[in-house]
Amino acid sequence: MGELLVRPRLLWHALPWVIAVAFYFFAGGYLSLGTQVMIWILFTLSLDLVLGYAGIVTLGHAAFFGFGAYAAGIFCVRVTGDPLLGMVVATLLTGVVGFLTGILILHTTGVTFLMLSLAILSMLAEFANKANSLTGGDNGLQGMELSPLFGQFEFNMFGYTAYVYTLVVLFLWFLVSWRVVHSPFGRSLDGIRQSPRRMRAIGTPVWWRLVAIYTLSAAMAGSAGVLSAYAARFVGLSVLSLFTSGIVAVMLILGGVRRIYGAFIGAAVYYLVQDYTAKLNPYLWEFVIGGLLIVVVLFLEGGLMSLIDLMARPFRRSTKA
Amino acid sequence: MSGEVALAVRGLSKSFGALKVAQSIDLDLAPGARVGLIGPNGAGKTTLVNLLTGVIVPDAGSILLGGHRIDNIKPEARVRLGLARTHQINTLLSENDVRDNVAIAVAEREGFAWRSMLYTPQWRACREEAEARLAEMSIGHIADRRVSELPYGEQRLLEIAIAMALKPRVLLLDEPGAGVPSTESHIIHAALDRLPTDIAILIIEHDMDLVFRFAREIVVMVQGQVLRRGAPSEIAADPEVRAVYLGRSRH
Amino acid sequence: MAYALTILLDGVSFGMVLFVISVGLTVTMGMMRVVNLAHGSFAMAGGYIAAMMTQKGIDFHVAVVAGMLGAGVLGGICEFVFYRPLYRKGDLAQVLLTVGLVFISIASVTAIFGAFPYPLVMPKYMLELVDIGFRTYPAYRLFVLAVGGVAAAILWYVIEYSLIGAKVRAAVDNPRMARGVGMNVNLLFSLSFIVGCALAGLGGAIGAGMLSLEPAYALKYIVLFLVVVIVGGEGSFKGSFVAAMALGLIDTMGRYFIPDVAPYMLYVAVFFLLLWRPKGLLPPKSVA
Repeated sequence: MGELLVRPRLLWHALPWVIAVAFYFFAGGYLSLGTQVMIWILFTLSLDLVLGYAGIVTLGHAAFFGFGAYAAGIFCVRVTGDPLLGMVVATLLTGVVGFLTGILILHTTGVTFLMLSLAILSMLAEFANKANSLTGGDNGLQGMELSPLFGQFEFNMFGYTAYVYTLVVLFLWFLVSWRVVHSPFGRSLDGIRQSPRRMRAIGTPVWWRLVAIYTLSAAMAGSAGVLSAYAARFVGLSVLSLFTSGIVAVMLILGGVRRIYGAFIGAAVYYLVQDYTAKLNPYLWEFVIGGLLIVVVLFLEGGLMSLIDLMARPFRRSTKA
Repeated sequence: MSGEVALAVRGLSKSFGALKVAQSIDLDLAPGARVGLIGPNGAGKTTLVNLLTGVIVPDAGSILLGGHRIDNIKPEARVRLGLARTHQINTLLSENDVRDNVAIAVAEREGFAWRSMLYTPQWRACREEAEARLAEMSIGHIADRRVSELPYGEQRLLEIAIAMALKPRVLLLDEPGAGVPSTESHIIHAALDRLPTDIAILIIEHDMDLVFRFAREIVVMVQGQVLRRGAPSEIAADPEVRAVYLGRSRH
Repeated sequence: MAYALTILLDGVSFGMVLFVISVGLTVTMGMMRVVNLAHGSFAMAGGYIAAMMTQKGIDFHVAVVAGMLGAGVLGGICEFVFYRPLYRKGDLAQVLLTVGLVFISIASVTAIFGAFPYPLVMPKYMLELVDIGFRTYPAYRLFVLAVGGVAAAILWYVIEYSLIGAKVRAAVDNPRMARGVGMNVNLLFSLSFIVGCALAGLGGAIGAGMLSLEPAYALKYIVLFLVVVIVGGEGSFKGSFVAAMALGLIDTMGRYFIPDVAPYMLYVAVFFLLLWRPKGLLPPKSVA
């Protein structure tokens, strides 16, 4: 009959995961690079929920990434090296921080909100800098000894365990994001982004929705931070820097907002470009990234995903009934 | 007719500094009422609607919706109690299509958002109901069009369809005909005629044809105060009203 | 008492630098409603241009003026190429594009001047201590106070009493109405932006002794400038002056009394202030 057994759409969705799994076997020395890319994908995805879908323009999201990283690190050093427990605890704690900061500042918008999110990030960064005994201050948090995952798989410099662990965590959060975005809740967030007035007029408790997604996104960013801490077994102050917040925003815009896979593409492209150009020239990558950002904002509003859309258009028409 | 009043306003007042935008306004809307609110620009008509919906907080007075006091609760909560409005300038979700604009309203009404994690078929039900609402407004044929591509008259009808999807007991229409070219205004008129008879409707309008056809009672506002209220024929004949308002817009 | 006066002078001189740099930003954000995260880059540019010239042996004062003019020219070019399209776009686009400009400015500066702090060579007399009665005080800081004070006074006069100042105030209050009344708003925007960037450049040059010139300047200090603008109220000249002074004093007092907690203090203060007054301390009254 000539009918496909599997819908073509499903194949496209499976592609990134197939690549990720294949990478494990064929990557060789590049495995840790892959782990880093996945960590940034998770972080970027968390920002997409809050900035892309809900329209909360924040430059302070690194606060949650950094908090998760430090929480995981401190938990490992002080309490136990269990990587599963550490992930759960740090993620939950970051979610709580997201909730508390969210209820404090989400009634504001625009530049005031931006400023408040920056203030929170700055306060956390200063705290991490000063609280030497807890965070290691300038030198960073060292001495993390992670217990083997499930008693068997060690986190070591070869990075196999870290890679798989990161992949699984990313996949789980991906499923969560997908569900959220394609639900009435997700749609209401999109509506809030377009017109809070309209959403209020139909009875939406706008503020509570924003708090909810902000909390979820914070937890997710926290998980990314935990993965970052586990992969390196080290936490440095850069996780709480404005630069980090800026980079994740660049990744998101590059890939395309409100396109879950935009986070994937944006993070991957950015990381690869940075890695490559940094080897050529230490400051060239800042130039390239800055330029890319400007080009995307002025000419390519949907990011790289919109380019992909353009290329896929002729194929899509033929698959529709 | 039941004795209960759908919307009761007593002594509603609001000032912005020296500017008194609402002065001790009294108003009653019985179930099924058709009240037209007219007055010159700056009379405070939209301000009154904003006070009723909760966008502005009054300085004094009370608002009762079906016997419950609503003047101290948030706008979102008033919607859930049965008060819906349309806006003078469209506030539609321009990136979405027509059907989704209404379906989102249905989903809110049903409180799906928090349960959404588990029940996907409910969204389909929302879309189906949305199509029914659009058909009621005779715009079912444009369900798939993006809002940004619609002609203005159909956008206004969509505004009303969304409000109706909330199953309100009281509907506040803020200049539904505003900005609609005269060639399309008849579709607005027809849609208004078909609105359910058990809903109380307050309509602000400048189009006198529309108001006098549609309303069974007219309230005239000037400078934040109610000047006159009465049947259309009385208002049309009232010399003071003519002097203040109608006399200027003779056609 | 002498101690207190020293703190006062230190704080106010720092505040002057902040004011001169930030006043352009308050106009950009208040009038053109553009979130310009790249404002620090213009201050940095002015500083680097002046520093480069002093290193080549050119007279300090000439160098400062050159820095100011250079920053203004850069501002003009950027306004035409990058900022014009931004006027209509939303917050997010503005934040992102200006972040892109910041990245480029950091990269450019690193490429041309290197990654280490770049000194601005000051004339000998500037480094001397002047007797001001109760103690001796660095001439440099007095210089900053003088230049800042004069700049502030000229600005104040222009804004309050000149026709163009009235136009700027009107455009800040209500851009739509200003356009409707026939003002050439685009020209006004461009001029204001250029002047704002020039002032930033001036501040970057004279402030090089306090805010040291390095590639990260554009990113490090933008938070300070944003604080001045938002705490003072977007578009408010008086507000940004007051906020700059307050910020200068708080920062200085923090360094003297509670050096451990000082950096926090600022952010905590800003945090609670914004929650209390989201529109800033002295927002311009809107006629809208």
